[in-house]
Amino acid sequence: MSHLRRPAPRELQPISFAFSPENMEKAKKIIAKYPEGRQQSAVMPLLDLAQRQTEGNWVPTVAMDYIADMLEMPAIRVYEVATFYTMYNLAPVGKNFIQVCTTTPCWLRGSADVVKTCKQELGIDIGETTEDGKFTLIEVECLGACVNAPMMQVNDDFYEDLNADTTKSILEALKKGEKPKAGPQIGRKGCEPIEGPKVLKAFCGCGAADQSADASEGEA
Amino acid sequence: MLQDKDRIFTNLYGFQDFGLKAAQARGNWDGTKALIDKGRDWIISEMKSSGLRGRGGAGFPTGLKWSFMPKESDGRPSYLVVNADEGEPGTCKDREIMRNDPHTLIEGCLLAAFAMNAHAGYIYIRGEFYHEASNLQLAIDQAYEAGLLGKNACGSGWDFDLYVHLGAGAYICGEETALIESLEGKKGQPRLKPPFPANAGLYGCPTTVNNVESIAVVPEILRRGGAWFTGFGRENNHGTKLFAISGHVNQPCTVEESMSIPLRELIEKHCGGVRGGWDNLLAVIPGGSSVPLITKDICDDVLMDFDALRAVGSGLGTAAVIVMDKSTDIVYAIARLSEFYKHESCGQCTPCREGTGWMARIMSRMVRGEATLDEIDLLWDVTKQVEGHTICALGDAAAWPIQGLIRHFRPEMERRIKEYRARIAA
Repeated sequence: MSHLRRPAPRELQPISFAFSPENMEKAKKIIAKYPEGRQQSAVMPLLDLAQRQTEGNWVPTVAMDYIADMLEMPAIRVYEVATFYTMYNLAPVGKNFIQVCTTTPCWLRGSADVVKTCKQELGIDIGETTEDGKFTLIEVECLGACVNAPMMQVNDDFYEDLNADTTKSILEALKKGEKPKAGPQIGRKGCEPIEGPKVLKAFCGCGAADQSADASEGEA
Repeated sequence: MLQDKDRIFTNLYGFQDFGLKAAQARGNWDGTKALIDKGRDWIISEMKSSGLRGRGGAGFPTGLKWSFMPKESDGRPSYLVVNADEGEPGTCKDREIMRNDPHTLIEGCLLAAFAMNAHAGYIYIRGEFYHEASNLQLAIDQAYEAGLLGKNACGSGWDFDLYVHLGAGAYICGEETALIESLEGKKGQPRLKPPFPANAGLYGCPTTVNNVESIAVVPEILRRGGAWFTGFGRENNHGTKLFAISGHVNQPCTVEESMSIPLRELIEKHCGGVRGGWDNLLAVIPGGSSVPLITKDICDDVLMDFDALRAVGSGLGTAAVIVMDKSTDIVYAIARLSEFYKHESCGQCTPCREGTGWMARIMSRMVRGEATLDEIDLLWDVTKQVEGHTICALGDAAAWPIQGLIRHFRPEMERRIKEYRARIAA
């Protein structure tokens, strides 16, 4: 089990937590999405908000207590949620949180090369953070971009259709503090075939609707 | 091949804007009020006659599911919940709907909610889909501004509020009762059924949970009529369907096609064929990681629908087609899925919590052949002890891929064991 799934040691835990005024406004809006008396439903989005606010992109225990108070729920219920869902980091991570998908569809398309490149370029192993605090590398389960495999997520962005070279150049850009363009890295827009859409051409601005093509096919 | 005029998701590839104006130009939100004016019973009967079966994996008839909701409220509100926790390995279709064609989903939510007497709906999106959720939220905001959602939505007289809720990385929340638990702010552990969500779901109120694609096709079905939808696919397997084809094909892609399209045609027409040619095909997982694989001889002529795939011992699932050519280490491919299920077991039921770990450990040895021949039977037995003995279907989903492997690739597993035995004997 990754160290991110266990609360960080006491010496790393801050002694207090409060939402910034801006996040407090967001929190109120989130709570208002749920019926009266059902404010516990807001626990997940509030944990996410706390994580985004905290330096090191993680949820300190004191933030869980703060949310428990805010939602009038027992602290243990917040701990349960924070430890159950893998997207809550319970210990600080690097500025660039790199999650490489290695589940079968990504593995079939070369996710092992992506992992290897990340390890080499960053000089760290899975689950580790670089000394400068810029990168944390972990392996994750299916991120739901399988036709654009292999892929990795850096913070909120998906980098898709990767190979060793493109992975390397993304990491190099990140090291320089740049933000490389997210999405597919082989010149396609989304989930259409690499050589361009075979259907919906009229909607993609690259040809006529396929009725005519179909008709001629039928005749042939 | 399906024609573009019959495709529902015309902005699947995102070449056009996802926003309201462009969506309306593509035909979304056309005459929504008139559809609502036809009444609840008409909507449900049209959905029943369309033959739509749930697109999230189980394939339960959508119209029938809706009809389980109470017609009169007993004082409790009813809820529509949309399952957008897309996480089944191989599956990436709902993502495209949410980021590129979100108004199909939003309009569908209004129609479905009206049909089920619901004034509120929640779309539960997996947390990793940050940008997808953000597009969807922008689209919802636009719909509110235009009066399509909220009080007197679309001028229909029906009040409907729609909210987006993000998950946080738990595959199990794709199971409908785990999703409801999660939406209530708890660990996502499935509930025992009965009671079914239609009787006691979100906050103990009548709730229907539908997959994104199931809801997003509703407006077009109602506009064009159930009979239009039944014009595609075989009896009991009707409609158009998003297929996501990944793995060893020349051009992996997502495409909307007619149900019951032959698998081979799907791969060759849309994906540029199997890498190295059709004869280089080893096996296909036709419906997301939870369904057993099928070998090339089956792939040669199998149709992509619920019944045809069930007849060959697999399933349509989410129609996520994972293609593996002859270079694939098939034992590792399945062992990696076992790791996935071990990671994603919620830990509630003992057979699944312990069984997924046990299966994953044996599978990792099977990859290297570090096992004995009778352990293949032991592994089979473990899968049978897990299957059907858990609250939800995750246990089954963990068992089936291994059963598929043993069924079709037992000689390969035996070969590895024998080679390993010979190696250590020498």
